[in-house]
Amino acid sequence: MLSVANLHLRTLLTLSWRNLWRNHRRTGIMLGAIAIGVWAMIFMTALMRGMVDDMLNQGIHNLPGHIQVQDPTYLDDPNVVNSIAAPGAELRKQLDQLGAVAWATRIKVPAVIASERETRGINLIGIEPAVEASISGLPALLASGRFLESDQDSGIIVGARLAERLETRLGKRVVIMSQDPDNNIRERGFRIVGIYRARLPALEEFNVYAARETLQKLLRIEGRISQLILVGDDYRDIAPLYRRLDQLLPSTLQARTWYQVDSYLAAMFNMMDGFVLVWVIIIFLALSFGLVNTLVMAIFERVREIGLIQALGMRPGLIVCQILLESLLLLLIGLGIGNGLALITIKPLESGLDISAVAEGMAMMGASSVLYPKLTTADLLLANSIVIVLGILTSILPAWRAARLDPVRALNTT
Amino acid sequence: MNSIVLRMAWRNLWRHGKRTWLTVGAMIFSNSLLVFAISLQFGSYQMMIDNSLQAFSGHIQLQHPSYLEQPKMRYAINDIDARAQQLRDELGLTSISARATGFALASSEERSYGLQLLGVDARHEPEVSTLPGLIRRGRYLEPGAREEIVIGSLLARNLRIEPGDELSFLGSGFDDSFAAGVVTVVGIFESGNADLDRSVAQVNLAYFQDSFAMGGAGHSIVIRAAQVDDVDALMTSINSGLQGSEKVAVRHWDELQPGLRQAIRADMTSAWFMYTVLIVLVAFSVLNTQLMSVLERTREFGTMMALGLRPARLGILVMLETGMMTGLGLLLGIALGALITAYLSVVGFSYPGMAEMAVKFNLPERMYPTISALSLSLGPVIVACASLLAAIYPALRLNRLRPIEAMRAV
Repeated sequence: MLSVANLHLRTLLTLSWRNLWRNHRRTGIMLGAIAIGVWAMIFMTALMRGMVDDMLNQGIHNLPGHIQVQDPTYLDDPNVVNSIAAPGAELRKQLDQLGAVAWATRIKVPAVIASERETRGINLIGIEPAVEASISGLPALLASGRFLESDQDSGIIVGARLAERLETRLGKRVVIMSQDPDNNIRERGFRIVGIYRARLPALEEFNVYAARETLQKLLRIEGRISQLILVGDDYRDIAPLYRRLDQLLPSTLQARTWYQVDSYLAAMFNMMDGFVLVWVIIIFLALSFGLVNTLVMAIFERVREIGLIQALGMRPGLIVCQILLESLLLLLIGLGIGNGLALITIKPLESGLDISAVAEGMAMMGASSVLYPKLTTADLLLANSIVIVLGILTSILPAWRAARLDPVRALNTT
Repeated sequence: MNSIVLRMAWRNLWRHGKRTWLTVGAMIFSNSLLVFAISLQFGSYQMMIDNSLQAFSGHIQLQHPSYLEQPKMRYAINDIDARAQQLRDELGLTSISARATGFALASSEERSYGLQLLGVDARHEPEVSTLPGLIRRGRYLEPGAREEIVIGSLLARNLRIEPGDELSFLGSGFDDSFAAGVVTVVGIFESGNADLDRSVAQVNLAYFQDSFAMGGAGHSIVIRAAQVDDVDALMTSINSGLQGSEKVAVRHWDELQPGLRQAIRADMTSAWFMYTVLIVLVAFSVLNTQLMSVLERTREFGTMMALGLRPARLGILVMLETGMMTGLGLLLGIALGALITAYLSVVGFSYPGMAEMAVKFNLPERMYPTISALSLSLGPVIVACASLLAAIYPALRLNRLRPIEAMRAV
């Protein structure tokens, strides 16, 4: 029984394969269409994935962190008044055992910076220099000077754009002013020890970094912080860490994941899968007309032949199978070429596609001016399986109609 | 072109009704999709430009030549009021307003925040910017009043102040002297743009000039054109009026907000990549259909040539068939696309996550595509051209036909 089925399959396969090349022009054109369609599906998806991935990574670095813990009022009112107590020894130990890649305490308050010539508003950020690399990646962005060395470091790090605006430079002193919890203006001179360049230039103007304890002293909030920042393994899968953390925290503190903190990033993240699906389906629909056309014409030309093999005893089911197999072969070859084309075109671009002509437009969206296409297995599988599954589905109707031909009439058509 | 060729072409089309409809179907699908997508795109770009520019920056600004690169207090224009008035007279346009900009540390009783303080001409500011119209509580500045300030809603919340409260500010003036003052909050605006709402405050220009020791100087003259399309003409007439005064640069909105045009261009590029793929796929469909229909008629064409028809005439026949097919796809595609777009332009269009995206680009939460002659025809016309191009190869093949061999073909 098995061998009979096997024999059938091999015969059908041979028949389908040969049928496919009877009209090689038509098959060739259809293959071209499928290949271009599939290439476009994968290429575009990889570009968009790359862009969104970059935006999310950048965005999360700037928040920073995968999870932020703060006083519930701080988000609305990022003032020094709404600070929280720095974690005590026991909480520190528990945080260490939480399974996060890194965690850090942070101070972030609005402040004013003044050089000899200019005054600007800034975000004054107090960091723990030792772990900052895992939190915001700041040390890697340093363009000149040195990074902060300890929690008591008396220097600050400013962005290149801010230094330019202030007409100041490395080694110069600037004055920083902010308020303490009692609304007394506190000010202190800082020496610029480092200058960084952000991938999104707008940030350079606003974020100024100093050591955490130095700022606690300046702002008169010894032992208090604005935020607790946690970074997990993968931003896509942060819920387990969040649950573990939430059990540790007193109810007066609020922990928020990156997608709760920044709804724009969350929207981008969620929309991406939808976009890929819609794009793949639209391309498939445009292809499906040609596919059905090809099959309908292939069957039309062979009405007599189909009548004959039916008269010779081939069952309608096998005819359907044979036509579906033909369609499947066509789709598979097309997919093969399309995937190959996509790989060939994406690989050389993976080192980065320069789109600095629209850099400020990309910055508006939160993306940088170099695009790194990102080919993921999931997207590849999605595109291929949609083309195969929907392709076979659309082929069923013409195949079924061919199988229902009346052998006597079919044999008599000219 | 006689009617017999037309009739032949039309009849040929329906020899394989199913094939023709499948090809036309591909066109209708792509055309209606293009009509919808392009209408949506044009609508949102227009809105993005209008909303972004009307909020604050205006269409054109006159500034000190260095001010764009380095927005510093010392790069100012002298006698800014007189200049603005002169422009209003020369251009016959009232939506022109002078501004001065400085940075100050503002303190309420409880809080202190840095803010961007603007000195504005309260008489003309409402004509160039939508901010004065977005006062949620209190009122806008009284022209000529001193010691009055309006601030953004987020700033007001952070400073914990209400209309009627006092605010002191401290900044550095034009001559590096201290600029300080105590003002009363008279109004709070809410634009929905977090940057503006968090960091901007306005006082009257004359008061600003006194506080910051600016004399009669200011930093920009903001001009709002009646329409975006008028900007270029307006630029030309301003520039010609400026002959001789070298201390002023005329800035197009492109320069004031470079991100805007580039964001549109980036979006355009990716959108046209997608459109091109759709168009190419339709062209393949047409190529397939027409090549097949030419090949299966080899005998027929051979006979016609033997009867004296030139290959060129047959080529015209094939192109005519394609033209008819394309015309059908064009009309039905536009009709269907217009129907869908018209429906959505009434009920609006939204998808999950769009609201969060829209805020970033100064767009409303629901999009209403705008139908125009261009948005209706642009996509379908390109599809039609691509289809006709695709039919050229099958049509040219007819030149290679030898009547005797062709008539013997199976």
